[in-house]
Amino acid sequence: MNPTALRHWRSFKWAAWLGWQIESNWTEPWLFAIYSVIKPVAGAFILVLMYLVFTIIGNMQSPERFNFVYIGNAFFIFVGNTLFGTFQVIQADREWYQTLRYVYISPISYYTYIVGRAATKVLVAAFAVVITLSFGALFLGIRIDLTLGELPLFAAAFLLGMFTLVGIGVCLAALSFLTARHVHGLAEGIPGLFYLFCGVLFPLSVLPGWGQALGQAIPLTYWFEIVRRTVMPQDYWAAVPTGLEGIDPLMVLLALLVSAVAFFLLSIGLYRLMEYLARKAGKLDMTTSY
Amino acid sequence: MTVELTKTTNPLALNVRAAWGRAYVRVVGANREPSWIFFDGLLPLLGIAAYVFIYQGFFVGATDPAALVALNALVGFVVLGGVMIAFWLNVLWSMASQLYWEKEIGNLQLYMMAPMSRMALLGGMAIGGMVMTSVRAFTTLIAGIFVFGVAFQLADPLLLLGIFFVTLIALYGMGMMFASLYLLWGREAWHMSALLEEPIFLVSGFYFPIGAFDRVGAWGRWVAIGASIIPAALGLDALRQLLFPVSSSSFLFLDVNTEFLVLLVLAVFFLVLARGTLRYFETLAKREGRLTSRHQ
Repeated sequence: MNPTALRHWRSFKWAAWLGWQIESNWTEPWLFAIYSVIKPVAGAFILVLMYLVFTIIGNMQSPERFNFVYIGNAFFIFVGNTLFGTFQVIQADREWYQTLRYVYISPISYYTYIVGRAATKVLVAAFAVVITLSFGALFLGIRIDLTLGELPLFAAAFLLGMFTLVGIGVCLAALSFLTARHVHGLAEGIPGLFYLFCGVLFPLSVLPGWGQALGQAIPLTYWFEIVRRTVMPQDYWAAVPTGLEGIDPLMVLLALLVSAVAFFLLSIGLYRLMEYLARKAGKLDMTTSY
Repeated sequence: MTVELTKTTNPLALNVRAAWGRAYVRVVGANREPSWIFFDGLLPLLGIAAYVFIYQGFFVGATDPAALVALNALVGFVVLGGVMIAFWLNVLWSMASQLYWEKEIGNLQLYMMAPMSRMALLGGMAIGGMVMTSVRAFTTLIAGIFVFGVAFQLADPLLLLGIFFVTLIALYGMGMMFASLYLLWGREAWHMSALLEEPIFLVSGFYFPIGAFDRVGAWGRWVAIGASIIPAALGLDALRQLLFPVSSSSFLFLDVNTEFLVLLVLAVFFLVLARGTLRYFETLAKREGRLTSRHQ
């Protein structure tokens, strides 16, 4: 194997291993499995209760909308985990474990190291999504209808969406080279941005005009659209108009491909710039405690 | 010289100074890095807004005045929940987990050697945390009124303020109690804090009235009763009843006066318990040599 490729592969592999140890070795595997499931299931139950309150207080029913919200929320677990898993790496290493300086000077690619650390979160997210969807289908009447014919479209869109997310995550991680300890604010805020403007929990048409325009400019909006289009039954999907129904799936795939490449290139540029500025300002291993 | 000695040995003055010193770091020190106002104050509003739009999405096309009143109340419920979430997250990550951070960065042993009460230290941390978090809470409330157009019905402002502050005291008392766990444990307790986010958002009814649990079956009532140990649950329900009396009546859990009384009991209970657990876990951690062990 090419030495450069080998170095990246080694960086990725050991970073993923390290990430897994950090995630899971604080407890027994069974307890870790429960821990990984409780949070997303609780998140899903919040939506169940919100829908229940709506049906009682509003004196209306809308199982299609509930399906829409539930599936959007389940797949959003990938967004939250991937973004958090990526952008928290620098701050965790720098402020918490105070190991950034040692990892940084080791013979690895630190960029690939960040991606490797995020891989663990993606794995845990996949587990949580499967559990959430299964729980919904078995106990809450959520209808899932992914046919064999739609599988390639789903898989392609899914992978491109994940690459885009990792690219966005590394961009944010790069910014955290220069920021103080704001992991929790970022963990809530950045996914909140996508939660709000990508039509995850409600059709984009609910937002004001400027919000819809912003949502349509974010590639993940189309990712959620394709995911729902392939996972939800056709009659349910058609019952909740989003304003994006007329878009050709292949155009969406192309847009996702372009955005994945664009964010990859942007993440490399931003990473290099922020790394340079952090080194210049002496902030590479700063700690900010208050 | 004699005056100085008297000053430093007066336990009350010493503890007040310690509390102020710890609060100062948060109230004044944090403002030296003003970016936190954006990251911790404004960004989280986006998540709250998403929950507001869920209800608006459910009500799309509804024109009936009763439905619009209901929608106003539900959006108001989310906004108030957003205010309480700010304090709950501060309790989890800047109160309960703070001693863990202090241990990791090497401050904990310095605190332990200082002659002040640990309660003064945590009290200062709580006051500083409340002030910092108020920025986010206030921003959420302002966004609720001016961006989402929530109309509140404020009938009894004194009772409202009383409930709000007693809820905060009980919440931060609970945070102090949790903080003691970190004297002994490390990442296990940190993950416990992580686990107390969504599940507590659920059982405390941060995005819906806690009385809704009554409608999901017999076990729902027990979930709500169990959740009453978390001051945010009762505090939030009482605030909602005071600000949205009509819509809240469909999901009545306990009346406002009972909730106020329980909150008062919880406030005293958690403060006393925190004092006891701090002493107990500090002794235990010293005995097991885990007080200053980092990265465990």
